[in-house]
Amino acid sequence: MTADHMDWLRREGRIVIVGASLAGLRAAETLRAEGFAGSLTMIGDEPYEPYDRPPLSKAVLLGKASPHHTELPHRREIDAKWRLGVAATGLDLAGKRVRLADGDEVEYDRLLIATGVRARPWFNEEEGRLDGVFLLRTRDDAARLLQRLRSARRVFIIGAGFAGCEVASACREMGLAVTLAERAGAPLVGALGGVVGPVAAALQTENGVDLRTGITVTALEGDPAGRVRAVHLSDGSEVDTDVVVVSLGSLRNTEWLSGSGLGAGPRGIACDAGCRAFDFRGIVTDDVFVAGDVARSPHALFGYQFLSLEHWGNAVAQAETAAHNMICAGADRRPHLWMPAFWSSQFRVNIKSVGVPSMGDQIMITQGSLAERRFVGVYGFKGRVIAAVSFDNTRWLEFYQRQIERGAPFPVEYPTMDRRPEGRQPVDADFPDPSLPTHGPTVTLSGYSPADQQLVFTPARH
Amino acid sequence: MTQASLFRRITDFANRADPYPLYQELRRTPVLHEEEDGPYIISSYWDIENLLHDPRISSDAANLAAAGDELAEAQSTGLPPSFLRLDPPEHDRLRRIANSAFGPPHKPHRLDSMRGELHEIVDGLIDGFGDAREIDLVDQFAYPFPVTVICRLLGVPREDEPRFRSWVDPLVASLDPETRQNADEEFLKAAQEARMELGMYLAGLTEQRTKDPQDDMLSDLADSRGPEGTMTMMEVMSTAVLLLIAGHETTVNLITNGMLTLLRHPDILRRLREDPGLAANIVEELLRYEPPVQIVPQRTCIADIEVRGVTIPKGSRIWLMLAAGNRDPERFKDPERFDPDRGDIQHLGFGSGIHSCFGAPLARMEAQIALSELARRLDDPRLVEDPPPYRPNAVLRGPRHLRIAFGGLR
Amino acid sequence: MRLVVDLNKCQGYAQCAFLAPDVFSMHGEESLVYNPRADEDQRERLTRAVAACPVQAITADGLDGPAGASAGTTGEASDDR
Repeated sequence: MTADHMDWLRREGRIVIVGASLAGLRAAETLRAEGFAGSLTMIGDEPYEPYDRPPLSKAVLLGKASPHHTELPHRREIDAKWRLGVAATGLDLAGKRVRLADGDEVEYDRLLIATGVRARPWFNEEEGRLDGVFLLRTRDDAARLLQRLRSARRVFIIGAGFAGCEVASACREMGLAVTLAERAGAPLVGALGGVVGPVAAALQTENGVDLRTGITVTALEGDPAGRVRAVHLSDGSEVDTDVVVVSLGSLRNTEWLSGSGLGAGPRGIACDAGCRAFDFRGIVTDDVFVAGDVARSPHALFGYQFLSLEHWGNAVAQAETAAHNMICAGADRRPHLWMPAFWSSQFRVNIKSVGVPSMGDQIMITQGSLAERRFVGVYGFKGRVIAAVSFDNTRWLEFYQRQIERGAPFPVEYPTMDRRPEGRQPVDADFPDPSLPTHGPTVTLSGYSPADQQLVFTPARH
Repeated sequence: MTQASLFRRITDFANRADPYPLYQELRRTPVLHEEEDGPYIISSYWDIENLLHDPRISSDAANLAAAGDELAEAQSTGLPPSFLRLDPPEHDRLRRIANSAFGPPHKPHRLDSMRGELHEIVDGLIDGFGDAREIDLVDQFAYPFPVTVICRLLGVPREDEPRFRSWVDPLVASLDPETRQNADEEFLKAAQEARMELGMYLAGLTEQRTKDPQDDMLSDLADSRGPEGTMTMMEVMSTAVLLLIAGHETTVNLITNGMLTLLRHPDILRRLREDPGLAANIVEELLRYEPPVQIVPQRTCIADIEVRGVTIPKGSRIWLMLAAGNRDPERFKDPERFDPDRGDIQHLGFGSGIHSCFGAPLARMEAQIALSELARRLDDPRLVEDPPPYRPNAVLRGPRHLRIAFGGLR
Repeated sequence: MRLVVDLNKCQGYAQCAFLAPDVFSMHGEESLVYNPRADEDQRERLTRAVAACPVQAITADGLDGPAGASAGTTGEASDDR
């Protein structure tokens, strides 16, 4: 890449961003902020300008926000051509063209793919079409669900990952009878393991949720009018309900790339730490970039494993890095080294995490107590601190984040404030076998890169 | 200038009017330990920020006493320590209960609904300047304003002020490290007694509220059916003492430092007069540039910790130099410049972590209203003396008087 | 006015919920719930909340002033709007 070409690209190149949500918007803003003056096209399958999704399962269901008004604020004008309500249907890598559902084609010099994920639908299509069966991913989903909940009495939620637990929490605040079914032994087990899971379970049951664990839903039953009326479970029982919310994690939106030659599949689109997509041969492209939920990229801090992170903060950070790298040459490029972090709020308890808990083989409760539901749990992997989770204790987390960044030793031998007897020894973190499907772990580990493992990770100051 | 003198120079009154060159020197040795039994002094932004979130750094008065802090020892004999001087889980429990009487989630509108009243108090005080063409901002405004507000908020009769002031003054004086170093037994005992008497006085008021609840914090603290549990009477006493003292001593300095700074930057004062909306950013920048709490001198470490390659042994006392961190060029561009327009004002003025200032939203509101109204109503204000005379305290630093001349009231 | 809070940064200091209680509220001890579309009559309060956030986690558009753009990490000086 010559400097002349990069100058030309920044001045009058064509950049296309597929995916007009959080990552797409932040990437566009970053491009403009860094001086990109060429043409910018934003393509989104939903007919709406970029909106924020986390409020849909929280503030919106709690009645504090409208499902139609969670549009994201703009950090700056992006002067883009918007193609909203039109999905991208194909990619011609050699011709540098994106095909659209309306038959149009858009040419690019640089492409950013930020198509994200969608909710995993109920496996039985016919049952999934019953009136009263909902997914929750888009603002339309949220608007429809909210409207139905207002006239419902009983809700059945399939899947006790974060989203399922949050919906259960909101429904209880609305005064609805809630049943929550989970294949694993407790809620959040896929994300936080079997030590923390029971705390989430107690939160549910003490707030009146009928929690069914170690169980699967075998069928949804409708009435003659096509409205869902009952749910059948693997233990042979049956639960009457007015509404079913299917919360079984997500599917990556990569189908439109099949046959394109890009390394895209059900686990996402593989890219390097600089957000450049790999083609299916494992060779990195130089004009196609990836960001957000749909990306899988190697993280130096976590053994160069390819991480797919369905995290809000990851979408922002990766979009910024991808955008920067799209209009920079070689040495000016930056790696995406974001520290995985997420939050959830259920039954007025704030749950936050840093690092990759699901990589942990052991956990120590270093502060507070599980029983009081105010604690910090630290996850260790092969003698190093790899993650931490807090329940209503978020102000300590940045300390543990630094421990992760430094590869600090585990177990945590030094004393910490409010250490209880239960926190003196590490215990098995008790994650389910990763080969078994669980509901919605927020981090997926999938393979290793061949890269050298000796790099030093220097965390960015925020 | 030998390095051995730096620690003593922090408390040396000679540096009170402008401690910032000294802080600049301190940052050159970001972990300073000069005297065997003395504290480790931390002066750079990132180190302070990190330690405020470090679960190996204790605020517990008992740990401090073990580390050789005389005052902490003396205090352990009187009222129980307030949550300021406790670690989790007790800190969290008491602060949660105190907060349930103060703000969200249980009292989300308590402060916001006082906004109008705050404006009235400020207007009344400014009207009270009358025909004078020179005032002492401290005595005539910056002190009475927050005292009136904290009294209303807690439910303390304003007319009792002379009474509780006689207890507050020795207590606040005892918080000064310099005073503490040189204090005799008698002084510390007197401070201790003052704290107890103030506590007893507030207990009496709380007792009344139990029978006849009002819309104030003491009534809520006394409520045995509070949403976050209840405090013992002793805990109510130490909490109420903390809130009463912290609720005005620091705000006096924030407002006075604020007006002093604005008078030294007349262009910004002019902008504030034209646009009161600027007050929010001005107050944040003030909290960075001239924070009313300069030092957190009450921490100890419960494990060996390493800061910039220096091992601080378990049991050591630690001073966090908030005001030095706030002007750390590693963190802030052009840190010695007062610039409310800087995009990034993530200051340490209220601390951070679990002990971050409880009354921060009240202090913000008071300072914003006070400064914007003073800017609006004082015609052609000027400093009569610069620098003004300072209080002795190095921790809660601020002018003792601030004489301002002006052309009249608008 | 649109706004978004970076809840990874948020540590529950609740300054926004004190200063703009009709836009931000605490749901429990430290979890924040907010209306991403604040009414125009909340402009002043929102401005104060944005400025007061101790972790600079609130991004709002339609607000002048440096804090409105502070969530950016790419060095932009201010919001163009």
